[in-house]
Amino acid sequence: MHADTRHFRQAAGKALIDGQLQKALGNVKRGFIAKRAKARDALPEFDRLRDEARDIKIHTLAHLDLYLSRFEDKVKAAGGQVHWAETEAEAREAVLEICRAAGAKTVTKGKSMITEEIGLNAFLEQSELKVVETDLGEYLVQIRGETPSHIIAPAVHLNKEQIEHDFRERHKDLPPERQLSDPVQLVAEARQVLRQAFISADVGITGANFLIAETGQTVIVTNEGNGDLTQTLPKVHIVMASIEKAVPTLEDASTLIRVLARSATGQEISTYTTFSAGPRREGDPDGPQEFHVVLLDNGRSSVLGGPFQDMLRCIRCGACLNHCPIYQHVGGHAYGSVYPGPMGSVLTPLLQGVQEAAHLPYACTLCGRCEAVCPERIALPDMLRRWRARDFAAKPPLAGAKPALKLWAALAACPRAYQLVTGAAIRLLALLGGRKGRIGRLPLMGAWTKHRDLPAPQGQSFLAQWKAGRRK
Amino acid sequence: MTDQPATSGSRPRIGLFVTCLADLFRPSVAFAAVKLLEDAGCDIEVPPGQTCCGQPAYNSGDDASAKRLARAVIDAFEGFDHVVAPSGSCAGMIRVHYPKLLGGDAAYARRAEQLAAKTHELTSFLTDVMGVGAIAGRLERAAAYHDSCAGLRELGVRAQPRQLLGGIEGLELRELAEPDACCGFGGTFSVKYPDISGAIADEKAEQITQTGAPLVLGGDLGCLMNIAGRLKRRGSRVEVRHVAEVLAGDLDTPPIGEGD
Repeated sequence: MHADTRHFRQAAGKALIDGQLQKALGNVKRGFIAKRAKARDALPEFDRLRDEARDIKIHTLAHLDLYLSRFEDKVKAAGGQVHWAETEAEAREAVLEICRAAGAKTVTKGKSMITEEIGLNAFLEQSELKVVETDLGEYLVQIRGETPSHIIAPAVHLNKEQIEHDFRERHKDLPPERQLSDPVQLVAEARQVLRQAFISADVGITGANFLIAETGQTVIVTNEGNGDLTQTLPKVHIVMASIEKAVPTLEDASTLIRVLARSATGQEISTYTTFSAGPRREGDPDGPQEFHVVLLDNGRSSVLGGPFQDMLRCIRCGACLNHCPIYQHVGGHAYGSVYPGPMGSVLTPLLQGVQEAAHLPYACTLCGRCEAVCPERIALPDMLRRWRARDFAAKPPLAGAKPALKLWAALAACPRAYQLVTGAAIRLLALLGGRKGRIGRLPLMGAWTKHRDLPAPQGQSFLAQWKAGRRK
Repeated sequence: MTDQPATSGSRPRIGLFVTCLADLFRPSVAFAAVKLLEDAGCDIEVPPGQTCCGQPAYNSGDDASAKRLARAVIDAFEGFDHVVAPSGSCAGMIRVHYPKLLGGDAAYARRAEQLAAKTHELTSFLTDVMGVGAIAGRLERAAAYHDSCAGLRELGVRAQPRQLLGGIEGLELRELAEPDACCGFGGTFSVKYPDISGAIADEKAEQITQTGAPLVLGGDLGCLMNIAGRLKRRGSRVEVRHVAEVLAGDLDTPPIGEGD
């Protein structure tokens, strides 16, 4: 799904003055950051677990072909089917074919970012299928015609007044006197609608947090239980997962789950952790008659072995979004990509091409807090720099800030010229600063002085004063 | 750590990496650094041809220019016992990023590693290498402290400046609500996305104001100029200073963004 990332600047500008959004974004900080910190502090071996989590993924990616084929064998042995999809289109077609073969009219969905990546909902709807998101946040986003603004909290940009408004507008049989002012009432209303969908669905689609090679199980971690109803009630269960979700063993999955929940929501473990292993067996009380896993590549295999391979370690906890000063201020939609925040700014150019997503790697102060909280210890700032280097190399010589940067670098490489030019510049700036010691507006520096004064230089450079013999 | 231990009788030779911002905007920071290093028993030299560590180029993806500047810094500074900069981000550039940047450069890869190992941010050098405990002084004031991202996360500088400030009588340090949060500067980010940068800086200014302290200190001029610039634009009277100035007892120099 190619969302537009080229208008980041305008979208971010709008987001910054959207009072409702700013209020909602406050919850990201108050909620996620404090809860993660508490969970981390409560587990002395948390950082050691992060090392283990990293090592599991490094090992798996080095042998991904092996683990994926082992996973496939196990799924087949359990009576399930595996569909390999190289592209978004192949993945969509594979899902549609399964739905058609099942004679499906209604599809329920658990939360899955991969289905966002391939634009599955719109595609299925064009094919006359009714698609119902059953994760509360995803459901809200769906009825509003939006996309998720956070990879684990899709509706984090909304507040309860908006949700009440949306329910009153879209749930036609809702009596006007029904109270919907508090979250419990809102959840009850959503539950009522979703119950109907669960019961009438022919196919249930979920994502997967992990694909366990040892057992052929797929794993989802959720907090609402909607995933379980999505996958057990309909006669067909489709798991949509990208290839890097593979892990070798059940034990490895357990380790990853321990860091995932803590990093994501600050929980020791999510409310539901659901393991699926094939269709209903004889004697099983419930479960689907068919079990399909659609494995999406979408460019990931070409990332293997390259400088961005570490990005495939990402377990989608969202901690980098929560701790990113840019995300905190503009929210997820401004990025215009399926995956927002630091992980999205590294991943999106890989999925869509750096031309499409050229702005994203610059939407970052390189503060490093994302890397500091990443459960997989992915060096996100280094990778964003790497994208910048590629973009810089690809840009024509006179594009954007390139000439200014080149000029600065050329000057800095030539100390005498540097001292001459900068010496004159700081004398001028000191003069402009006058007795106030700062400059409120400056030609060519309008971007700096738009929201800040420029502290004026003291007058003469340190090096010049030192050379002249001044020592204090 | 390949640093020479601070042994009595031998004064380590320090190459002061002034940093372009201190050199051009606020020489008082570099003079303060010189005083602190001399008081700690170091001999200071200031290589005259130094300019910039190359960070703006590096962070903008201009690796070729960054490499050129990095090689020049290595040439100028590799002969010293230690290299010290009054900035976590410039010291971090040399210490953390030069080895990555020049890893494929046969002539410089090893030299980059060697320089990295002996390059330090000023406050951490004083405490961790020179063994300075606290620095005596007097200042009847409350001060908030801003931890700069590069110093904090690349170099682990958090306790060191607070330890040094612990000797200043009358100084009461107050922590910010979010001491781990970026001030929104981000080098070229501040001019590429001024609105976002301004919003982040505003939040930092808000948290500084909430401490009620009339002074905010930090170890990086980039952040401090951003913070001062935003505070002044808000009409705040909170003063902004580099931690080195306070430690060196220089309170006569007007605060950042203030006149005489």
